Amino acid sequence: MIGQALTDLWSGFSVALAPHNLMWSFFGVLVGNLVGVLPGLGALSAIAMLMPLTFVMHPVPATMMLAGIFYGTIYGGAIGAILLNLPCHPPHAVTCIDGYPMTKQGRGGVALGITMIASFFAASIGIILMIFFSPVLVALAFKFGPADLFAIMLLGLVAGSTMSGGTPIKGVAMTLLGMLCGFCGTDVSTGSMRFTFGFPDLADGVGLVAISMGLFGVADFIVNVNRASFVAGGATVRLRDMRPTRKDLKESFMPMLRGTAIGSLFGAMPGTGPTVTTFIAYALEKRLSKTPERFGQGMIAGVASPEASAHAKTQVDFIPTMCLGIPGDAVMALIMGALIIQGVAPGPQLITTHPDLFWGLVASFWIGNVLLVILNVPLISVWVRLLQVPYRYLYPSALFFIAVGVLSTHNSLFQVYEVLAFGLFGALLLTLRLPVTPILLGFVLGPMVEENFRRAMQLSHGDLTIFLSRPISATFVVLCFALIVFQLWPKRQFQAFNEGVDA
Amino acid sequence: MTRSEIRIDLYGGALCALLGCVAAFIGTRYGLGTPADIGPGLFPTSVGILLAIAGVAIAAHSARDRREAIDAPDLRGALCIAAGMVAFGIVGSYGGLAPASFALILISALGDRDNTPARAALLAIALTVIGVVVFWWALKLQMPLFAWGWS
Repeated sequence: MIGQALTDLWSGFSVALAPHNLMWSFFGVLVGNLVGVLPGLGALSAIAMLMPLTFVMHPVPATMMLAGIFYGTIYGGAIGAILLNLPCHPPHAVTCIDGYPMTKQGRGGVALGITMIASFFAASIGIILMIFFSPVLVALAFKFGPADLFAIMLLGLVAGSTMSGGTPIKGVAMTLLGMLCGFCGTDVSTGSMRFTFGFPDLADGVGLVAISMGLFGVADFIVNVNRASFVAGGATVRLRDMRPTRKDLKESFMPMLRGTAIGSLFGAMPGTGPTVTTFIAYALEKRLSKTPERFGQGMIAGVASPEASAHAKTQVDFIPTMCLGIPGDAVMALIMGALIIQGVAPGPQLITTHPDLFWGLVASFWIGNVLLVILNVPLISVWVRLLQVPYRYLYPSALFFIAVGVLSTHNSLFQVYEVLAFGLFGALLLTLRLPVTPILLGFVLGPMVEENFRRAMQLSHGDLTIFLSRPISATFVVLCFALIVFQLWPKRQFQAFNEGVDA
Repeated sequence: MTRSEIRIDLYGGALCALLGCVAAFIGTRYGLGTPADIGPGLFPTSVGILLAIAGVAIAAHSARDRREAIDAPDLRGALCIAAGMVAFGIVGSYGGLAPASFALILISALGDRDNTPARAALLAIALTVIGVVVFWWALKLQMPLFAWGWS
């Protein structure tokens, strides 16, 4: 099986290195890198905005581009956090704690250098895990029945809503709200209309592009216009400054390994968000350190471990999405949605029906990560300067791309109003400090959970014990309960630490 | 500009509870079905009930919480963004892509207090030209550039 995987990977490289695919992969990481540095824009909004572009593309370059945006933003986010103390994206908020003090000490370049090494190392481990675990998981996945799929998705929903950062109960509420949005449209089994409120345009349900652009694009602009003040500093970094000393490397090696392990673990578990991952990685380093009091003053371990965990998680995240068709977090849900629109259904059959896509994607991860390391060196100062593009030009342009982009998905202006509705609703939720990210996970997983539950109940003739009599589903149901009990347990410390980055 | 101190979670929870109740109420009308043959209404109803419970929990939790300052979005900005998108829809269905794009960018740009009308108009013209080249000419978006009464 391993030999087969390596042969397939080899052919994957030939797919990923085809000029056309390479170009889109490059474009994806470049856009991702840029968006990662820009405050207020995240992987979700970038992918949502560029998704309509992929409808005219072949699925292979389309997926490579979207995936490139995803891991490109993680590299970019670290730049903003270390050089400018801007926690542009919640997962990088911890990187600010030790990264920015390093910049103030004139060691920002070293912090970036270590980040790149840690990121590349962690991403490589994540990719290797994907190469060897995907075929195993696929072989296993063919044995999964509807009851098992339901239980796994349920765990994804429970974990996604309670562990994505912020107060768990708010995450649960927003996930449920997302599920309700997902039920909108024609019911697959009976054909009856649900939550369409008499609009024929809603018969196909709420558009994935519309809901994501509304919640992560328009809602953000409404909240930030005339409100956000973007500070731009003038730190410049040369290649020479980025070379870490032997001591730096020694100090960051173990944290890097531990961060990678945590990231891989959380990536394999459906539903856990990146913010929790980086926070746990940081907390672990602080606990294990001989000098915990020096954290916050520029400890290199406090940069290496969280960044490594973020990258490992990003790559490992693709395993459940591609092999089971169960997205691990909101970004993966969006990428999976884009694939489904392309007519490619992620799931156990993906590797055999679209080997070019799967292995090409794996190979493109590696190429993309190499590209990012090379790109980052000359581009850091360019990105920092770009931060000075005034918001007053940024958001009208983005709104225009959103409007035209969503229009192109169904050629219907109704979609534009859908985006606006979700934008206004999202702004209301953000003002009330309710997180909008879990909505997307619920939106994508909700209908899938329902379908598998109904199928399982049909197979068992209405007997609920089917979920406990099958070993796989029983395991996941027990895990769900364990997670809920664990969340209800009073642990103020963890909550306080979570609420600190509520975003 | 309004920074008032309110119990933010009370309102957030109430909103969730309200939405959950409405969804559950509508859901029951779709038919719950039987255990062996679940109807289209069971999931909307049960998810709605769970949402209502979560909403109540959020609101109840806030009772012990402190009052917090609310950062309401800027009214002018929000209104201009919304008006811009509505204008894109209306102008788009009667006038075509180019005027719709111009209207959207102009109106939404006016939402920023630092933008002057002249600057907003310049931005709108520049982006409309770019948009026409990219979307209409290069990506072949199915929408007339200029039209009268197309819907």
